[in-house]
Amino acid sequence: MNVTGALLSPLFEPGFFSSGPVHVALVVGGVVAVVSGIVGVFTVIRGQSFAGHALADIGSAGGSAAVLVGVSTLYGYLALNVVAAAVMELIGIRRPRGRDLATGVVLGAALGLAALFLYEDTVSTSTTGATVNVLFGSIFTLPPGTTTLIALLGAVSIVAIAVLYRPLLLSSVSYDLAAARGVPVRLVGAGYLLTLALAVSLSAITIGAILSTALLIGPAAISLRVTTRTWAAVTVASGVGVFACWGGTLVAYDSSDWTGGWGWPVSFCIVAVIFVLYFAAGLVARLAPAGPGRRRSERAEPAGAQRVDAA
Amino acid sequence: MTVRTNLVTLSGASRGTDGTGDAQKAGDEVLRAEGLSVSLGGRQVLDQVSFSLRAGGFWGLIGANGAGKTTLLRVVLGLIAPTSGRVVVTGGHRSRRNPQVGYVPQKISLEPDMPLRARDLVGLGLDGHRFGLSWPSPARATLVEEMLDAVGATPFANSRVGNLSGGEQQRVMIAHALISRPKLLLLDEPLANLDIRSAAEVVQLLARIAPEQHVAILLSAHDMNPLLPVMDGVVYLADGRAASGTTEEVVRTGTLSRLYGHRVEVVRVEGRVLVVSGSEHQAHHPGDPYPAR
Repeated sequence: MNVTGALLSPLFEPGFFSSGPVHVALVVGGVVAVVSGIVGVFTVIRGQSFAGHALADIGSAGGSAAVLVGVSTLYGYLALNVVAAAVMELIGIRRPRGRDLATGVVLGAALGLAALFLYEDTVSTSTTGATVNVLFGSIFTLPPGTTTLIALLGAVSIVAIAVLYRPLLLSSVSYDLAAARGVPVRLVGAGYLLTLALAVSLSAITIGAILSTALLIGPAAISLRVTTRTWAAVTVASGVGVFACWGGTLVAYDSSDWTGGWGWPVSFCIVAVIFVLYFAAGLVARLAPAGPGRRRSERAEPAGAQRVDAA
Repeated sequence: MTVRTNLVTLSGASRGTDGTGDAQKAGDEVLRAEGLSVSLGGRQVLDQVSFSLRAGGFWGLIGANGAGKTTLLRVVLGLIAPTSGRVVVTGGHRSRRNPQVGYVPQKISLEPDMPLRARDLVGLGLDGHRFGLSWPSPARATLVEEMLDAVGATPFANSRVGNLSGGEQQRVMIAHALISRPKLLLLDEPLANLDIRSAAEVVQLLARIAPEQHVAILLSAHDMNPLLPVMDGVVYLADGRAASGTTEEVVRTGTLSRLYGHRVEVVRVEGRVLVVSGSEHQAHHPGDPYPAR
């Protein structure tokens, strides 16, 4: 064993790099984390975290229905999230008040369905652990044959955000301002919501419907603590997401040795890594010389500015 | 200076007054509103509003809350269609994509964690409405730098916009609006949430930049006093109706009483203008009910 191997062996339990499920988990987790990071930054700056979380919960109805009819949960998440996004848009997610209302109404209805489907799952199918799998997911037991589709949908999401990038930013600053500049604000908002539905579905397949918000909002929130520019925020969020997914996968894999074979759920490990990083980022932002985007110099007095009394 | 008003009684009353402001000399008409009426939710918000603005001038859109200021600006921007009448911007019909109008909206929600520097927001004024990613170019960076300098925003150009003070944010928003070289700049209550000093600075900046950039400024405010030193003219709104002209022509007891439809007094106290409701017994004076001061 060489020096590097000796250093890394306590970190990586034997078999980590040769395990098939681990390979798939690392690839899928990486793709999903990048997508979630990019979409998540816009979710946070548009103030649509609640919508993002709601879509995640709503997905559980789709996932449980998919189990019931015997297809991959990914299709269930996708179908229900896209439909829910469309209904939310129709109810009026554009207005700040309508946003919460639309989200709440659709969320309530979908969770009712989820309760029904999950009940049916447990009484009528022989699939053990369907409930846990839908709600909390497992990157080690991805539905077979979905890896290509996940990569494809990930690419679609990234391209969509790239196309919408500037109008999304402008309408995040001010809806009216963007509309006055000729941005088709409603179309942009709807396109973004659809992309969010895709990202949440991908995230749900990775760490479960309930937890998928963590991968969407967590890395974005972390990146906003330490960056001042949009592209930097998107890059950092993606990086943090990948780190959390891979780190969480590693911890979960290793944990089966620490816990006598049971191991910790990989979703828990991923979310735990994100949570720890969030506080670390807060510490970094606090200790940085000036903090991200904070005042670097005292306010300069504009030339010729003086107090004007109405005269 | 031509007084354009919906009030028949005032038509021609002050026609032909010489234009002492620079607005008239500065150039062509940039905005003409012709008999604008707007109903929202069954309520008549604007009623036969007519006025015109010329390039390089500084105009106050004055009126109490609910007088229709924001609605008027939104009609000019093409965000609301008027029930009747029309808006003509620089000779062409106003369309949603008309780049001739810059806009600083009333409420901008910029959270401190918004990952957008002041210079990025100014850059979005150039191409923020376009789809796809933007690539940095020296020409674009130079334009942004010049605009930041013009509004005095260079010292905080690299700070996140959400971390700036209200006055600094207004400077950045003005740069954002002006970088596309519009002929007309609309500002909706830009002084509303500023302390007196910051408000005065923003007003000074606008007064300087209007002739510099050859842009007409229409700024809405419920208090005209901070604008008095620099304003070339007034569009005064009350209950959806408008009177326009120089400040001297419009802000006087006679004109405003006709506009409000009841007696109001224009009182000047130590250089400040106060518009107050007149007392009852003055309202129905025989002869000219609303004599000019």
